[in-house]
Amino acid sequence: MKPLASRSNFVQKSLLAAVGCAVITACAAQSQVAPRPETRAEPPAAARAPFSSTYDAGEQGAPILILHATVLTGTGARIDDGAILLANGRIAAVGPQVAAPPGARVIDASGRWVTPGLIDVHSHLGVYPSPQLRAHSDGNEATDPVTAGVWAEHSLWPQDPGFERALEGGVTTMQILPGSANLIGGRGVTVKNVWATTYQAMKFPGAKQGLKMACGENPKRVYGGRQKPPSTRMGNVEGYRQAFADAQDYEEQWQEYEAKLAVFEAKVKPDATPPKPPKRDLRLESLVAAMRGEVLVHNHCYRADEMATMLDLASEFGFKISAFHHGAEAYKLADRLAAEGVCGALWADWWGFKLEAYDGIQENIALVDYPAGGCAIVHSDSPEGIQRLNQEAAKAMTRGVRAGLDIPPERAIRWVTSNPARSLGIDAETGSLEAGKMADVVIWNGDPFSVYALADQVFVDGILRFDRSKPAMKPRSDFEL
Amino acid sequence: MAVAICAACGVAVSVSAQDLLIRGAHVHTAAAAGTLENADVLVRAGRIAEVGTGLAAPAGMPVVEAQGRALTPGLFGGLTQIGLEEVGLEPSTVDAELQLQAPAWQHHWRPEFDVTRAFNPRSSLVPVARIEGVTWTMLAPTAEYSLIAGQGAAVALDGRFDAVQDGSQTLFVNWGSAALAASGGSRAAQYMLFDQAIREVREPATAGEGALLLPEGRTALKAYLAGGRVVFRAHRAADIRSVIAYAKRHGMTPVIAGGDEAWLVAKELATAEVPVILDSLDNLPADFDRLGARLDNATLLQQAGVRIAFSHDDSHQSRKNRQLAGNAAAHGLSRDAALAAITANPADIFGLGGKRGRIERGQVADLVLWSGDPLEVTTVADQVWIAGRPVEMRSRQTELRDRYLELLRSSQAEH
Repeated sequence: MKPLASRSNFVQKSLLAAVGCAVITACAAQSQVAPRPETRAEPPAAARAPFSSTYDAGEQGAPILILHATVLTGTGARIDDGAILLANGRIAAVGPQVAAPPGARVIDASGRWVTPGLIDVHSHLGVYPSPQLRAHSDGNEATDPVTAGVWAEHSLWPQDPGFERALEGGVTTMQILPGSANLIGGRGVTVKNVWATTYQAMKFPGAKQGLKMACGENPKRVYGGRQKPPSTRMGNVEGYRQAFADAQDYEEQWQEYEAKLAVFEAKVKPDATPPKPPKRDLRLESLVAAMRGEVLVHNHCYRADEMATMLDLASEFGFKISAFHHGAEAYKLADRLAAEGVCGALWADWWGFKLEAYDGIQENIALVDYPAGGCAIVHSDSPEGIQRLNQEAAKAMTRGVRAGLDIPPERAIRWVTSNPARSLGIDAETGSLEAGKMADVVIWNGDPFSVYALADQVFVDGILRFDRSKPAMKPRSDFEL
Repeated sequence: MAVAICAACGVAVSVSAQDLLIRGAHVHTAAAAGTLENADVLVRAGRIAEVGTGLAAPAGMPVVEAQGRALTPGLFGGLTQIGLEEVGLEPSTVDAELQLQAPAWQHHWRPEFDVTRAFNPRSSLVPVARIEGVTWTMLAPTAEYSLIAGQGAAVALDGRFDAVQDGSQTLFVNWGSAALAASGGSRAAQYMLFDQAIREVREPATAGEGALLLPEGRTALKAYLAGGRVVFRAHRAADIRSVIAYAKRHGMTPVIAGGDEAWLVAKELATAEVPVILDSLDNLPADFDRLGARLDNATLLQQAGVRIAFSHDDSHQSRKNRQLAGNAAAHGLSRDAALAAITANPADIFGLGGKRGRIERGQVADLVLWSGDPLEVTTVADQVWIAGRPVEMRSRQTELRDRYLELLRSSQAEH
């Protein structure tokens, strides 16, 4: 029953929301288009938008040339006896042969494999950290079914020892989400997996926030149990729709204000008084931001029929669902998900711990991957699972192959690299080994699709953050001193 | 990779449904014989009749050509509630826990609560587990409101009604911080309350008002105080050390389950011959009982001479026990020892070692033929036998897969 108990914790998580930047003039700087870490100087505190990233990759040393590795690029390609050059925090070159620039440090990776740093699109590290104590239970603002105004990062405890365990498993980027107690639980944050004393110093520069929504059993159980809405699935849907309808109204108020402001600023009437802006509503700002695509919707939703409801709802209010998370039944709707460009962020084999997970099958990920344009993601939702996303991908790949699908490792690695990057809107920056991208790289001691595989070295933005051969340099949470 | 069950074998004379010959396997015996290359296993009447090379099948006996694939004993599913629950969050489908309202000290302890009586061999979890090679599990009651969760036992997962394995009866007791709610908020009171219960058993006359046990409970607990097997769920090193001394002092045969910090007291465990059932993936300080959790716990215990077994304690995911073994091997445990920890060792721990858990003469023929290395995540069970009978390799999940894979293929073909 232990895993179940921990799951029912997850079942009660939530949080967040942010500022619809386009709506609020003052938050233009909020959009977090940070300069690249290697070039950025720390702005004076006053000039920095609140809560924005202060991530700094660290001082870049000599270029690093990894030779003779089996390279899975994350784009679907495999290079046997391949090479990869990291320079200035970026990938400078990848191929069968790469010339060593002067002064490069050479790593002979003969017999070893290289992949992009792994990405987990669904984690609660820091918001449901270890140890799992009452004082640490910060993942669900379970006080109202719509808490779109809360942000997971404001709960994130950077000292969660789970971060460094995940790093040992090759995870370089993750999205920390609020839990699923609420219909709309708040905003998620994408972080780089680096040891830091603040979450701002972990925030992935320029990454959009997520908006966590939840279908099904959790919200109706949490609130129905308190004799308040929602207590049914139809109550859930009313809850989302009313919230987005309110957000539409709110957006109109701001548009009217902005129109009046424009008139005022044009000084048509010299003695006019400036218009008064509407009162900010942090919940509605988040929803407006979702409708504008400024935050990406990540939807906890198990059942195929409910996913179809949510796709209709998204269309009604003009937002896009980036990924369905947990989708135990995503395989039943795989062709539609592919056609609409919605990813399925899934477990390899979890099932049955709740009724909406009763139809979970081990081929789920492979089936979601199968149609043209399919976007399958292996996610963890677990401080254990995040440590071995490669094994979870290996299991899912194996089941697909056994079902007769053609899934070589170079295809399956996308499930834990480029596909989650796509769903987080950071695929131009990371998730694959291509020249110009962030040097987020893992050197494995062998085929990562093996239970015996271990990450030897993990680079984040070109900086070696984990080296199995050097236990002394391993990051260690303050908590574990 | 389909299994060739040769039935070129026409008329079956004196061959039972539980007879077969598996030829040319890489046999992981999980016994003293170790691993045998290109070996044959002969099964008669559901038991292993012979293990060797060049064995002949009597006329009419099905022959399986293993073609060098790995053959292992059927796997242990861990401490689970398979057949006691269908859907964890649906109370109407769960029989694993006695919930006679807290707090425990105002109510009776119920060691007579025996979950095996609720076992449903037709549970949807049973085929899901067994087609992955899990042929038996230990039914373990769970408890939130009591130190003593109740009794459980091993069951075979071939769907038979009378699945409980004689000799495997075990009492389950929660200890440490996980049981504070049942001991007035302090683990010290766990000894205090247990002292009282033991006294009620030993001196029934003293069991007056405020007694912990009913007469049935006294009878049940008495058997465990006379050498019975008691699983204590504990993680903290200090708790493990004291509880095994306590159990031994009172005549119990302790087994530690959980044991995230067991490596810290490995020598004491080895000396006291107390086995540990652990989750090799536990490496986080999940609470203040487990600050010492580490990935090589199993390796350190094994090196110290402690008998170990693995359990993910998850009914729906009993198949993950194999992954626990593989990960332990990735962190220093030998592959043979890792396999033994999901076959022979748990059988020994629960009193079934003479019957199950090994591939050797006289053992029940619970066998699994694998597509590759049995500890690998890229390996699947090609065929499973329980007591010599081939398991139909289907479950509700494979049926869902087949239905939707076909639909998906045809819809994609239209595009």
